[in-house]
Amino acid sequence: MITIIDYHAGNLTSVRRALEHLGLPCRVSADPEQVRSAERVIFPGVGHAASAMQVLRQRGLDEALRAAYTRGTPILGICLGSQIVLSHSDEGDTPCLGLIDGNCPRFSLTDPALKIPHMGWNAVQLIQPHVILKDVRPDDEFYFVHSYYPQPADSLHVFASAEYEIYFPAAIGFRNLFAVQFHPEKSGAAGLKLLSNFAGWEGVQ
Amino acid sequence: MSAEILFAKGYSMLSKRIIACLDVRDGKLAKSVQFVNTRDIGDPVDAARRYYEQGLDELVFYDITASSDNRRILIDVVSRVAEQVFIPFSVGGGLRSVDDCARVLLAGAEKVNVNTAAVRNPKLIAEASRAFGAQAVVLSMDVRRVSPSPTIPSGYEIVVNGGRTPAELDAVEWAKRSEELGAGEIVVNSIDADGMRQGYELNLTRRIAEAVRIPVIASGGGGAPQHLYQVLTEGRADAALVASMLHYGTYTVREIKEHLAERGVKVRRTWN
Repeated sequence: MITIIDYHAGNLTSVRRALEHLGLPCRVSADPEQVRSAERVIFPGVGHAASAMQVLRQRGLDEALRAAYTRGTPILGICLGSQIVLSHSDEGDTPCLGLIDGNCPRFSLTDPALKIPHMGWNAVQLIQPHVILKDVRPDDEFYFVHSYYPQPADSLHVFASAEYEIYFPAAIGFRNLFAVQFHPEKSGAAGLKLLSNFAGWEGVQ
Repeated sequence: MSAEILFAKGYSMLSKRIIACLDVRDGKLAKSVQFVNTRDIGDPVDAARRYYEQGLDELVFYDITASSDNRRILIDVVSRVAEQVFIPFSVGGGLRSVDDCARVLLAGAEKVNVNTAAVRNPKLIAEASRAFGAQAVVLSMDVRRVSPSPTIPSGYEIVVNGGRTPAELDAVEWAKRSEELGAGEIVVNSIDADGMRQGYELNLTRRIAEAVRIPVIASGGGGAPQHLYQVLTEGRADAALVASMLHYGTYTVREIKEHLAERGVKVRRTWN
């Protein structure tokens, strides 16, 4: 059973429907106890880092996520969920969960033809192998919508990057946490494959 | 590996998107749309799934339902599409308030499309953008070519009510204003080119694309893959809307993308 954390930050419906389409049992929950005891956790999110962190704290979901992380629960962060697992975000100068040391800078691009947010389909370059990225092919593309990106302090925590004038981390991870900046639930067959891989991951790197 | 090496500069662009437009009336595809495969006639959910499986990048549903009672049917279509189609899609037509927008987003759409209602009440763009984020708000504009005048210096005028009523609004100015108000993307639909299948309005598309820093989606006039090539290069569009050339089975998504890829346009190559 996969627990999708509900903290009113974005469209959980599409994540739930993708899991249901794959035949993977899931529930949407805002209950910290259910997150603590979850078998697997998906941590989605779109929106502003500061408001997301505020809601997580108010509901005790920040501590619940830390507890789940500490006890080894496989966790998949998506989009904003890949940013606020780091220690800080430049968006609103926000202290974040700190499961991985790092910061989320905003794109600072020199080419005026490149638009922010980085929105659309882009390829990812694999940097290190990971169960969740198994069978992702070089031509597979994923759907991104974001203006900030996760930058772990230690580059060993970067598993894939994407190119948008700069190379930025598109998939990061440490121990039983893996997080992607793109939306696997909106990335066609390639994204569904990744969600399916997560369902079979034991949470060890 | 040091962070400096990892984040070295490159010059990659996003893939250009092919977006299929489906007009929905009372839960069915509008009558003007005919399918080669008779099994699929009339069902927007089947059409959406078929294009998704062909490698389409995004979908847009325009509700052209006459009565508001039938809005619930559209919400049902949106939900059923979201159950089986795992690419972004937007919904437009008759969305007049933030509540209207919230309903289609909750049903599973990523984005809302506003057109006439935003011209009448520009605050709608700002309110929807604040509520859902700019990435969820697409401004659609119907544009007609006119003689340049003090009111319409660009020679491109916004029309509303499905192209019937001139809004006395300059298209380039409206594009800039909508970006300031918080629109995340702009669909530029040329009334002059629409339905002609002779190619997109390149000059209009480029004028808008050069005036704003948000993605521009070209619409109206696409009849062959080379038309998409023109508008995605010369016309500077980030995406192109296609309708009849897919609905009539003249081309598949894959044929369009192969044409673009052969000519050096970056597209999502799902067939590899």
